[in-house]
Amino acid sequence: MHYANRLFPTPIAVAGHIWVLATSEKLIPDFAKTLGRSAIAFVLSMLIGTVIGIALGRIRWLDRLFAGWVVVGLNLPAIVIAIVLYIWLGLTEFALILAVMCNKIPLVVTTIREGVKSFSADFDELAAAFRMPLGRRLRLIFAPQLMPFVLAAARTGLSLIWKIVLVFEVLGSDGGVGFRINVFFQFFDMEGILAYTVVFIAVVLVIEYGLMRPLERKVSGWRTVRA
Amino acid sequence: MAHGPGVALTIREKRFAGLPVPLLADLSFEVEPGTVVALVGPSGVGKSTLLRMLAGIDRAFDGVITIGGVPAYEAPPSGLVFQDSRLLPWLSAAGNIMAVRAETTLEDARRWLGRVGLAGYEDALPDQLSGGMQRRVALARALSVNSALLLLDEPFVSLDRVLVTEMQELFAGLITAEGATALLVTHLAEDAVSLADRALILDGRPARIAADIPLTTPRNKRDAGDITRLSALLTAKLSEPAQ
Repeated sequence: MHYANRLFPTPIAVAGHIWVLATSEKLIPDFAKTLGRSAIAFVLSMLIGTVIGIALGRIRWLDRLFAGWVVVGLNLPAIVIAIVLYIWLGLTEFALILAVMCNKIPLVVTTIREGVKSFSADFDELAAAFRMPLGRRLRLIFAPQLMPFVLAAARTGLSLIWKIVLVFEVLGSDGGVGFRINVFFQFFDMEGILAYTVVFIAVVLVIEYGLMRPLERKVSGWRTVRA
Repeated sequence: MAHGPGVALTIREKRFAGLPVPLLADLSFEVEPGTVVALVGPSGVGKSTLLRMLAGIDRAFDGVITIGGVPAYEAPPSGLVFQDSRLLPWLSAAGNIMAVRAETTLEDARRWLGRVGLAGYEDALPDQLSGGMQRRVALARALSVNSALLLLDEPFVSLDRVLVTEMQELFAGLITAEGATALLVTHLAEDAVSLADRALILDGRPARIAADIPLTTPRNKRDAGDITRLSALLTAKLSEPAQ
């Protein structure tokens, strides 16, 4: 019975553990650390990946030149990148964030590149016919077509970055959700692992329903309108 | 608006890569300011390509097109109505009108929508409008650029007959009121006869002007009989084998 309770703690026990962790000043700093790392890696990956994706989507020779590298980037095991960067740069914040970015950027590049390639040539023609200046084209024709792909990249990016950050925190970090779960693992503390997992899921859901969905409705709302 | 510009076109050759025969060759005509010319011909003859060249979108051809004495690609934008309306689905009707010209205000867009019979629809998205209403927004957009040259690519295709008559009257009224020069591309003799002062029949491969037919009765004085007679004349010309 004792082992069963340790391996399969009740929801009440997990909720109690969340409260204990939250009041013991571990949970919030750990989540703040992981969220901070994820946010920095996410924003930088999205920015760099979007710029590269647009360039590869629009410039055919550039795409041909770098297509192979994108495939390599997509298929390099995350753990290899993390270990190599930890060896080269030490167990630093910079190495961790860079490792996450190296994993995420090829995915953003691929999504944005395919999105840009699917842009309607008809709308380019419309802009040319009415001699629309570049800024106006970017704002009124380019950006609205790009946004669904940016959102798709952001959604898959968030889920991937969470997971990678946690794994890399297990590998080498002085704090964060991954680091703490590793500590719990060493003590077979299932309550602690589940407590962090539940809070983690709650944070993800808040981001999804509080940020991603409203943003999606705002930029892609026109897609759902039909006469 | 003053009378629209004259258009002069000389195409020595327009060829698409991979095709053994040029699409257009040795083609030349002029359009008097303030007149409406219909380019009539079978599907695939090169009418829409010619219109894209006139709009300055397609510059890959051997020849010269001037609008008001200026090369087409350097001329102010023409009021182009695409065959498929080509409205930006993420913008409202008013947004589509304002999108193509920075100077157009919401008030201007409302006024243009009112002129094409769509007052009150400024916030409607294209997907909320019927095909005919979308075509009207496209016409309002084309007119709103204050261009004295209108280029209309099969503006009545895929509309039902009642709507076609309604749209033809609307187009004719607006073109006359604006004093615009207009080039209308169509494969239907009736459309040409309803709107144009002159019809150019394009035919052959490579396409050339097969016939240049002045539609002598002024377009605002044509009755049903005139339209039937002129349509029959154009249809007969269209049926003649290409030279």
